[in-house]
Amino acid sequence: MTPASLEQTRAAIKGIAREEWGRVLASLVGQLRDLALAEDVLQDAVVAALGHWPRDGVPAQPRAWLLQTARRKAIDRLRRDANFQAKRAELAVLHELDRQAGQDDLDESIADERLRLIFTCCHPALAEAARVALTLRTLGGLATEEIARAFLVPEATMAQRLTRAKRKIKAAGIPYEVPEPDLWAERLGSVLSVIYLIFNEGYAATSGEAPTRGELCREAIRLGRILAQLVPEEPEAAGLLALMLLHDSRRVARSDAQGNLITLEQQDRARWDQGLIAAGARLLESALAQGSPGPYQIQAAISAIHAQAPSATATDWRQITLLYGELYALQPSPVVRLNAAVALSFAEGAEAALPTLAELERQGALASYQPFHAAHADTLRRAGRKTAAAKAYRQTLALTRNAAERRFLEGRLGDMLG
Amino acid sequence: MEYATARWVHFLRNVDFKGYHSSIKGRPRWRGYNRESCQMKYMCLIYGDEAKHPQPGTPEMGQLMQDYMAFTKDIQEKSVMVAGDPLQPVATATTVRVRGGKTDTTDGPFAETKEQLGGYYILECKDLDEAIAYAARIPTAASGSIEVRPIMVFD
Repeated sequence: MTPASLEQTRAAIKGIAREEWGRVLASLVGQLRDLALAEDVLQDAVVAALGHWPRDGVPAQPRAWLLQTARRKAIDRLRRDANFQAKRAELAVLHELDRQAGQDDLDESIADERLRLIFTCCHPALAEAARVALTLRTLGGLATEEIARAFLVPEATMAQRLTRAKRKIKAAGIPYEVPEPDLWAERLGSVLSVIYLIFNEGYAATSGEAPTRGELCREAIRLGRILAQLVPEEPEAAGLLALMLLHDSRRVARSDAQGNLITLEQQDRARWDQGLIAAGARLLESALAQGSPGPYQIQAAISAIHAQAPSATATDWRQITLLYGELYALQPSPVVRLNAAVALSFAEGAEAALPTLAELERQGALASYQPFHAAHADTLRRAGRKTAAAKAYRQTLALTRNAAERRFLEGRLGDMLG
Repeated sequence: MEYATARWVHFLRNVDFKGYHSSIKGRPRWRGYNRESCQMKYMCLIYGDEAKHPQPGTPEMGQLMQDYMAFTKDIQEKSVMVAGDPLQPVATATTVRVRGGKTDTTDGPFAETKEQLGGYYILECKDLDEAIAYAARIPTAASGSIEVRPIMVFD
């Protein structure tokens, strides 16, 4: 084999390993009951694949091959373990599994246990940053170094974060189970928010930044797709996937060549990905048809209205206002109320939104939230209240650091004073 | 008077422990290779604000005691409870440190905090989720906080 084609083969093997990682790892954790050990032996199996497959060809059942090889690596490790006596029962079970596997170990016959794994990785007893890292490592099959680069932390820091989390799972007895019905809603919420956090981390990255950060969007969508397949009866899982697809349709249009963010109304809509918009909308429709709306489905619906509007001015703001009202009923936060007020200002005129904005200002919860002051200033300007608008623009400027945005706001402030 | 500043869990002492240990021994244990699906022991450390603790003789105190007794009875009947005790208030605490072979003894707790350790339970549970579910039912969880710590097992 020439060096170039060997390189290609190795890349292809890494691709297969990455694709199968989550499923094989979940099966191994079920058999070994030790996440750290399962991960180590699966890594060994991938190394073995990189040695064998270029010579012998990719096996017909790569998932089964990886699982069996990893299990044998586990047997070797446990045999070498100083604590051999204590591990005898474990070894007996592994030998039995290995014997059963035999020739008819087929990819399709390996049960998909990823749901258990994802609930373990997203357990609320783990710190949020650890949940995110573990989910990407175990379910997504990303290397520690890739995760570190995406989150802009040194590799050693990320490695330590992962090790600590795995140690806590083992020592604290975090279950490797699908949660009981009384915990289901809360735990599913934690899984959904971890995936959405991964997406937003990538979405916040601009074109100037490390490309791996943007990759997080694709990775979150992949995880969202896996989850939606694993829990088809949960429309919020499909809602989250739809929301991510719809946001992702605008990703390339939302920053310029210098990495400055472009607001929704100023984006070039020809650059929006119509394929993703159609896929997101289809998914959302079937989710909503299940008759159990939640925050992700509602946010996806709002995103779909923007995505399907021919222009910023031809947006169905009335429907968006209603949807924010629904969202506020489920998540009564001041930020949702602010969004509802802004939508109302476009649906019924700036004047209509001013009482809500004034009340939000009185309550003070958004006092240091720059987007509140920016929206307040803009609404006052559109309502023709120059003095109040000027005051709000000054408050916005006090909280704005981005140079381009400051220039824009100073221009607006000048208009109000002129 | 010993209960001049009564603790929220002092009535644990009044609970009948008879028959408890025999029930634990008689319980079937899973003897597979898989240690982690065996029972684990968790210590639930009960923290609360002593200054806000109800005074003895008040209806609030009576209610709290009833809640603790009901909870303790339930976890005993389910053979989940291994141990549990209230502690005297933090004013009775002594902190001991040995530095350079010399014992240094000081009054009070190591650090000033808003919540003080007031008692504990040791529970035997199948996993952290079960321990969290019991910890959430400890009456002080509604006003203070419960720290759930696995007890270390040496291989």
